[in-house]
Amino acid sequence: MAEPGTELTTQQAQSRGALGSLAFALSTSVPGIHSAAIEDGELVVRTSRDRLLALMGLLRDDPRYACEQMMDLCGVDYPARAERFEVVYNLLSVTRNHRIRVIVTTDETNPVPSVHHLWPCATWWERECYDLFGVLFSGQPDLRRILTDYGFEGHPLRKDFPLTGYVEMRYDEDRRQVVYEPVKLTQDFRNFDFESPWEGILTLPGDEKAHESRQGLKLPR
Amino acid sequence: MSDIVLHEDIPEELLSADAAAKAEIRTVEIDSHALNFGPQHPSAHGVLRLVLEMEGEVVARAIPHIGLLHRGTEKLIEYKTYPKALPYFDRLDYVSPMCEEQAFALATEKLLGIEIPDRAKWIRVMFAEMTRILNHILNLTSFGLDCGALTPALWGYEEREKLIEFYEAASGARFHANYFRPGGVARDLPAGLEERIAEWARQFPRWIDDLETLLTNNRIWKQRTVGIGVFTTEQALAWGFSGPCLRASGVPWDLRRAQPYDNYDKVTFNIPVTRQGDCYDRYLVRVAEMRESVKIVEQCLAQIRPGPVKIQDHKITPPPRREMKRSMEALIHHFKLFTEGYHVPPGATYTAVESPKGEFGVYLVADGSNRPYRCKIRPTGFAHLQAIDEMSRRHMLADAVAIIGSLDLVFGEIDR
Repeated sequence: MAEPGTELTTQQAQSRGALGSLAFALSTSVPGIHSAAIEDGELVVRTSRDRLLALMGLLRDDPRYACEQMMDLCGVDYPARAERFEVVYNLLSVTRNHRIRVIVTTDETNPVPSVHHLWPCATWWERECYDLFGVLFSGQPDLRRILTDYGFEGHPLRKDFPLTGYVEMRYDEDRRQVVYEPVKLTQDFRNFDFESPWEGILTLPGDEKAHESRQGLKLPR
Repeated sequence: MSDIVLHEDIPEELLSADAAAKAEIRTVEIDSHALNFGPQHPSAHGVLRLVLEMEGEVVARAIPHIGLLHRGTEKLIEYKTYPKALPYFDRLDYVSPMCEEQAFALATEKLLGIEIPDRAKWIRVMFAEMTRILNHILNLTSFGLDCGALTPALWGYEEREKLIEFYEAASGARFHANYFRPGGVARDLPAGLEERIAEWARQFPRWIDDLETLLTNNRIWKQRTVGIGVFTTEQALAWGFSGPCLRASGVPWDLRRAQPYDNYDKVTFNIPVTRQGDCYDRYLVRVAEMRESVKIVEQCLAQIRPGPVKIQDHKITPPPRREMKRSMEALIHHFKLFTEGYHVPPGATYTAVESPKGEFGVYLVADGSNRPYRCKIRPTGFAHLQAIDEMSRRHMLADAVAIIGSLDLVFGEIDR
């Protein structure tokens, strides 16, 4: 997607062409891929949980893809969807100089197969994703919490987890120990809505038709 | 592990009153060879808690416990507008703040589809390289401190102070700069700063020479670092290493060269690579990188031209203050920008920069509103720290300290 005003340098254009051919190869030759496309100039591959390991093995070992490194694994939460979590793997090839992003979806109960035997660094990333989102990884021998406190409950990066959390911690002088208490807010949590009524509300009451054509949702006849 | 060990064969008169009354005596068997390193150990570089299983003096297993500095940055960013999310990045890796900002600024600019002015790019490259030196000075000297070399740290802080003054002159803050913003940089360099930086760039290589006289051929330094924490190329790739740690293991990979951003494609520099992958090599790579960074700063100064430092679209960058005094529109823009922020079109991007520690990435998901839907921060040290078990296995306890020093860990970014 070339935005107006952003001209691609030759190098960028070449790398995009190479990515495009990778996307084509992936979507035509590998079974079980939902889509492989260039989104915002980055190669994104969507697949299902049961095909993930085969795809990841291919991406690592096939010399066309040669993704020696898994740079990042992260979760994204979409509570409205049937399978609410996206697990996003960002792979990097240092020999072929490209990045491939693999996305699978899951929910709270269905585990995603672990890739720690392909890239040993996946262990901590999977632990982090489990900790913050509650995504389960099957075959991961070390699925413990990592970033949150010892004995923490809940998964803080889920969209239904409040920003302030549920418990707060303080040192109790009398009991001479650290105690956990429910969060007490001296002032209600304020989530300001700065969106202006003219831009933020997609459709003004009584203005539906004008809005649809303005947003390009429906072309004027 | 935290339980107190009481031996039942202690004579009663030596026990405290409570214990003598047998109030509650808990006898816990613990493995006396498990050692708790940190979280308040000066060599832990912050708040690392490392549980070391020892066989005598030899580390059998190293289990890092992290998250003691977890502040929920990613969650907080989801509740902030894009301009307000930026200062959180300074507080991640607080030793190299501007490089972290750069990752977020580039990611936001990519989703917005904007191109920043040339002068802003040069300022960014220049300050990113000064940040690299700032980071490497602290890392190398404190690494020396871990291994018993006191002088480099004393000398290093003086040099860091000069760079921090440049930070202050440009952004107004010594550390938490909030300077690289989506759309450019916060403000132009003050008059005379370029000459001061040029003067510093002339002098600084001499300081690197001084540092090297203290360490590079120092017998004690080499005994503590050569052959310690060796990581092969295959291991470094599999464990997700990046930056100097990857280059020390023989991979000539640098995002500034391979996937250039801002104006890195317009400067020439060498990428130092070594082959052994031990602590000494990681030190050598960083020293060589500092020299290259000085060269890049000099090239920036030679090529930088006057001009705007941020895009002129006042929906994204604030209007100049004098305009706000006269123009109603500018005033509205200013107000809207600092309350509502700007709306970023839906999309997702993984944008990475070569921060001084390695690849620092931001996976930014925008949903069309004025707040990031998800902002995943890919910290560099997270992957490096994970490998510490593999690296320090069968090493002496003191070598584990050297390995931690050589990995350049900062817990602000690891714990987020």
